[in-house]
Amino acid sequence: MIRFEPRQSVSPVRIAAAPIIAAVLALAIAAIPIWAAGASVFNAYLLMYKGALGSTFAVSELLARATPLILTGLAAAIAFRAKLWNIGAEGQLYAGALAAVAVGSGHLALPPGTLLPLVIIAGAAAGALMMLVPTLLRVRLGADEVVTTLLLNFVILLFVQMMLEGPMKDPLGMGWPQSEPIVDAAVLPKLVERMRVHSGLVVALVLAIAAHIVLKRTVWGFEIRAVGENPAAARHAGIPVTATIVRVGLISGAFAGLAGVGEVAGLKGYLTADLSPGFGYAGIVVAMLAGLSPLGVVLAALFIAGIFVGADSMSRAIGVSNYLADLIVALSLLCVLVSGLFVRFRMRVGGSASAEKP
Amino acid sequence: MSEPSAEVPAVLSLSGITKRFGDLVANQTIDLDFFPGEVVALLGENGAGKTTLMNILFGHYVADEGSVRIADHEGKLVPLEQGSPNAALKAGIGMVHQHFTLAENLTGLENILLGTQTLFSPGWQRGRARRKLAEVMKQSGLEVDLDCRVSRLTVGEKQRVEILKALYRDARVLVLDEPTAVLTPQESESLFRTLRALAANGLSVVFISHKMAEVLSASDRIAVLRGGQLVADLPTRVCDRHMLADIMVGRHIEPDERLPSKEGAPLLILKDISTDDGRNALHDLSLSVRGGEILGIAGISGNGQATLARLISGLEPPKSGTIEIDGKRLPADPRKVMAAGIARIPEDRHRDGIVGAMTVAENLAIEAIRSPAFQRLGFLKFSAMASRATEAIEAYDIRCPGPDATARLLSGGNIQKIVLARTLDGDPKVVIAAQPARGLDIGAAEDVHQRLLAARARGAAILLISEDLDELFALSDRIAVIHRGRLSEPQQTEALDRAAVGLMMAGHAPGEAA
Repeated sequence: MIRFEPRQSVSPVRIAAAPIIAAVLALAIAAIPIWAAGASVFNAYLLMYKGALGSTFAVSELLARATPLILTGLAAAIAFRAKLWNIGAEGQLYAGALAAVAVGSGHLALPPGTLLPLVIIAGAAAGALMMLVPTLLRVRLGADEVVTTLLLNFVILLFVQMMLEGPMKDPLGMGWPQSEPIVDAAVLPKLVERMRVHSGLVVALVLAIAAHIVLKRTVWGFEIRAVGENPAAARHAGIPVTATIVRVGLISGAFAGLAGVGEVAGLKGYLTADLSPGFGYAGIVVAMLAGLSPLGVVLAALFIAGIFVGADSMSRAIGVSNYLADLIVALSLLCVLVSGLFVRFRMRVGGSASAEKP
Repeated sequence: MSEPSAEVPAVLSLSGITKRFGDLVANQTIDLDFFPGEVVALLGENGAGKTTLMNILFGHYVADEGSVRIADHEGKLVPLEQGSPNAALKAGIGMVHQHFTLAENLTGLENILLGTQTLFSPGWQRGRARRKLAEVMKQSGLEVDLDCRVSRLTVGEKQRVEILKALYRDARVLVLDEPTAVLTPQESESLFRTLRALAANGLSVVFISHKMAEVLSASDRIAVLRGGQLVADLPTRVCDRHMLADIMVGRHIEPDERLPSKEGAPLLILKDISTDDGRNALHDLSLSVRGGEILGIAGISGNGQATLARLISGLEPPKSGTIEIDGKRLPADPRKVMAAGIARIPEDRHRDGIVGAMTVAENLAIEAIRSPAFQRLGFLKFSAMASRATEAIEAYDIRCPGPDATARLLSGGNIQKIVLARTLDGDPKVVIAAQPARGLDIGAAEDVHQRLLAARARGAAILLISEDLDELFALSDRIAVIHRGRLSEPQQTEALDRAAVGLMMAGHAPGEAA
């Protein structure tokens, strides 16, 4: 018989070690299907490592892949802090990307230098707007935002497809469902010549630090934490609970929208309906691995990006499907959830044996 | 053991029970025997280890050391399998938890049979069960409508179902955890008459309590736990109130003393307040509290007190009627209510009083977090929060590792001290204290009472909502009774009789009470 007893106090070492152990455990479990696929586990992981960190090009790929993950990870982390379960970062990312190409594809006559900021603001606003609706439904009508944000993902993606097949279709796109390209003035500059890593990374890092400061050091952060941990006490103490949740919803949506801006304005140059390989959903894993800490999000995003990039490279080399990356990401989430249980509880095996050490 | 019942063999014997949670020793080498035919009270403060001990007995926890033995059919003590509630049930240990474990959507009968029969049992077993229960009810005097859904039963009736459930399973030892916490004084008396009758039929009854009066009146033997140790095991007849209080706390306790105070002008006035909030609704409620006065609101939980407290706390507006403080209309906004000088001590301190995951310092600052004292341009002033916390920890004797300790890990008494320090320190005009000492041990309750009396001496108007008649009679200048959302005319405490207040709490008109 297995029983769980709550720990009297939770040590900070345990909290910090949990996600690392979870990540290692996920890799260990993923070794089983690699082995089953007939490949050498050691070789596969070595190739993954090389694919993610083995060359300047690999590192650039890693950082490019981490950029949207940092932003969607922040979107999830800050919302989850307030117990606002935003599962809609994927849709908000597409909304942000759509707004970015709408503003940035050269139809507006603007003074030089104002287009890029405008593209960024438009993308953030579009993401925020997509999150505002479920947030208001939650605070006004009590509608479960897990359901509304999740389903809104599909609505937004279908809307984007409609726009790409219709009004926003690139006339020079040879019939492909893609938007007109972003004009040069609206492109996020590359960080390194001929590499894919772009200045969206800098934006993401600055926002992670800003989110950290807001959460730790400001009244807003205090209120977000209080509302997330105990809304009843927060309300009793005079904290504007509804306003705080709406604020968090807007910030969270804006972060996810910016992830979309980065992908179109920094990387692809135009919008297609397969822009994101699930960055919005992976952001949830990133946030959970990070323990909802904004700075932790950066590390967790690098790890998850490494898995994706490394798995791509490995799969090309030895023919194990790169679905393995999705598997490892999913396993990481499960492992981190289970490790969270072990941080807070102690497991005891054996029911009737009474001579155990405490 | 020099008990009169010593010649009767024990039905249940605990020896050397030790249970540790990490560094905390919840039970330390406890030896305790229970005999048929006696009522034992297990007395102790919160955290003394009473519930842990009973949970070990019932198989919820496994003891680190020691053994539980129960008499078999021949009266010989045999070890009880530990960590198995099922084994405890089979051995004849029945437990009535403080929070009932009944399925609300089933009838009393179905609840009692739950787990005693195989799934899809044929109907005739039900008839047999009914006959057995009729017999049990006749013997015990526990009458309850078995075909009524549990959700429609009163609290007292639910408790009877719980006891019947244990008796139906042929319990030889009946354990009740804080059985009177939710009952009216009348219901409590009736419960203890029943327990007495059950004991007379040979049952061994154990009840957990921290209320001195009922322990003294209802038990044969009193076992006192303090800090996880058994510090006394005495026949009730040699005990008295003060002696028990001192044993329980481990030091001498001074009773509350309410000095006469000069009454000021009415500060808090409620006129014709009505709400529509189902069970907790208020109907045409009016009251007025003067400065330097404590007005006690007596009543069983769930008669509208929670709504009354929420209204004055600014958490919701009344449907009709007005609330005035110091001549000004009170808005339904917690921040404006606090600005108007109302200190609020919420009934559920864990839910409404503190954010458990935040630190002591943060919880002390939370009500004023937007004031210039704690922030500048939206950035928190950590040093101001820390020094405020250090002061409060000192002044209110909050026992904690420091300002950065997580509030959740503190005891109930220390959590209440955080609430008191936060609310009372600003010299409020009005204090609304809802069940301020509920669930606290004697020392902490004492402290809460002293703080309220000090606020009264400073001229605050205090509304004290409580179920505890001892507390109400000790502190209040006037007492009114709330029942089903209606408030009786307040009367001077000295002119009131406890039994009459008890009857009014149960819904009898004041005239009937006399």
